[in-house]
Amino acid sequence: MSAFLALVRRDLSLAFRVGGGPFLGLAFFLTVTALLPLGVGARLNLLGEAAAGFLWVSAALAALLSLDRLFQADAEDGSLEQLALGDLPLEAAVLAKCLAHWLTTGLPLALAAPVLALMLNMPAGGYGALVLSLLVGSPVFSLAGAIGAALTAGLRRGGLLLSLLVLPLFVPVVIFGAGTVTAAINGAEGDAAFLLLAASSLFALVLAPLAGAAALRIHLS
Amino acid sequence: MGFQRVEIRADGIACRRGERLLFRDFGLTAASGTLTEIVGPNGAGKSSLLRILAGLLKAEAGTVAVVADGRVLGRDDEPPSGLMHYLGHLDALKNPMTARENLAFAARWFGAAHGIDAALERVELKAQGELPVGYLSAGQRRRLALGRCWMIARPLWLLDEPTAALDAAGRALAAELIAAHLAAGGTALAATHEPILAGAAQAMIA
Amino acid sequence: MLRYANPKRFLDLSAALLPWLWLAAAGLTLTGLYQAIFLVPPDYQQGDTVRIMYVHVPSAWMASFIYGFMFVASVVGLVWKHPLADAAAKEAAPIGAMFTAVCLITGALWGKPMWGTYWIWDARLTSMLVLLFLYLGYLGVWAAIEDRAKAARAAAVLCVVGVVNIPIIRFSVEWWDTLHQGPSVVRFEGGKLAPSIDPSMLWPLLIVGLGCTLLFFALLFVRMRTEIRRRRIRALLAAQAGG
Repeated sequence: MSAFLALVRRDLSLAFRVGGGPFLGLAFFLTVTALLPLGVGARLNLLGEAAAGFLWVSAALAALLSLDRLFQADAEDGSLEQLALGDLPLEAAVLAKCLAHWLTTGLPLALAAPVLALMLNMPAGGYGALVLSLLVGSPVFSLAGAIGAALTAGLRRGGLLLSLLVLPLFVPVVIFGAGTVTAAINGAEGDAAFLLLAASSLFALVLAPLAGAAALRIHLS
Repeated sequence: MGFQRVEIRADGIACRRGERLLFRDFGLTAASGTLTEIVGPNGAGKSSLLRILAGLLKAEAGTVAVVADGRVLGRDDEPPSGLMHYLGHLDALKNPMTARENLAFAARWFGAAHGIDAALERVELKAQGELPVGYLSAGQRRRLALGRCWMIARPLWLLDEPTAALDAAGRALAAELIAAHLAAGGTALAATHEPILAGAAQAMIA
Repeated sequence: MLRYANPKRFLDLSAALLPWLWLAAAGLTLTGLYQAIFLVPPDYQQGDTVRIMYVHVPSAWMASFIYGFMFVASVVGLVWKHPLADAAAKEAAPIGAMFTAVCLITGALWGKPMWGTYWIWDARLTSMLVLLFLYLGYLGVWAAIEDRAKAARAAAVLCVVGVVNIPIIRFSVEWWDTLHQGPSVVRFEGGKLAPSIDPSMLWPLLIVGLGCTLLFFALLFVRMRTEIRRRRIRALLAAQAGG
């Protein structure tokens, strides 16, 4: 456990020192939110209706920003070998890196989302659901993203390919996440969307470390 | 130090990279207390051999056996990676983190037999401990990586060009570290272009 | 099975099979399309546009079938490390992507007379679009990784991840479709193979489907033969460089 936490801490401190930590993702989130009214016009009804889906899509894109460095930096300086030869299985190392990535991207976005929702005139009643759905669903961006990041580690122009690889995997979470918020706004009974979102998240939690580690071993060989 | 006596045996190893067969039918036995220098021309596959021994790369053919205290490790044992430390041609150091922080992470990731301060002192980087590694010279970084080997203190060292980028004093320090490791019962293999220790065994890859 | 998986044996076997495959593929596809264009009566609602179905639906079948085929080949390649399986998965992908694109384009062409718009975000079309992205990502991995053996394994991992996710993606898109379905949207039932479909319309569809399947194998074999030879050339060049 101490090795796992050591890796999480190392990645967190690296994220704060070179990537600007959570602030880069937040700034991106804010910028695209400012672009939406400028693009579609500042009609409050339209913005309010689109807000939930739009915030979920922006969160997905914001997570993509830093994903290509998830394993790339370790591949470039030789750290990946050290991670593979530690006492922890490589799957656990992948999970630790995903956790650190989520703590610096998904978590701050989830906490900042209500402010941006307010700017987009999202109807009352959806705010709690927005934060909760992002807290539960955004780990998928880090987890499924890690599969793509591991597959493209060591490639020179991996970032673009990474987006293509992981965006299809983001489809269900965006649907269920935005669905959760919309259902809450409409006061709909039942929380099917939220349960499906949680299920997707748990599924990614199982699949991503396995697939990510398999992909990293390919890169190392 | 309470090292296990570790011997590594490779037999009939073949290695393919892409379309090229780098070498085949390669064998060696490296016993506890010895350094084996792996020599051969550029591109012969010295690094690949080390990666095969470390278990990172799968050999096209052949077997690698790790013997700990006279017993061949099998499937039911702990994986042999816990007995070895691999230092590639890259230093595996994080530039934004200080030398001390890099060692601190390694100590928690691998477990360590020596303290961080002792390790910094051992490789004469005490004064640079609080500097981000990005500020260190290539030779200083290599020394820090060797200090990590010493700190982690695992019985089998697999070193890829350990003396690359080192000046004469650095090379002497590396030789001294390796000699001390051998004296304590450790085993070392190093891919190298230049002799590291007098009396080391040599394995040639053609 | 593995007896035929030796590249040399594959070259011999496929050379013998290919003329017959081409003949059967062309014969079936053309027969089916002839029936679809000239013999099948126009639909009482959709008129002549229903004939697009005879290209659209088999393409959709092929798009899914080929991804499944790639999955099987990828697993064989990962487990038994057989280069022929890697080549099969690799060479199937562009054909699958092509069928997916044909399915999307014919879907759009069919949509214009049906709903007055080229694209509706219907669950099936959206799923197909996501499938196209999966195909493109797979091709992207092959294109980006230089070492063939590594590329094969990375692409295989991606393919397996894709197959595991396809049911979830399909389900989520269908769920999303029911959620956002406005009252004014005309539901589209023609693309589904409803059991009430008249046999005279069903037979050409099945014939074209079978023809496309054989066409896929013919194209696959040609591509695999090229790939095997390409590999030999690379091996020869590498041997020359190695002196």
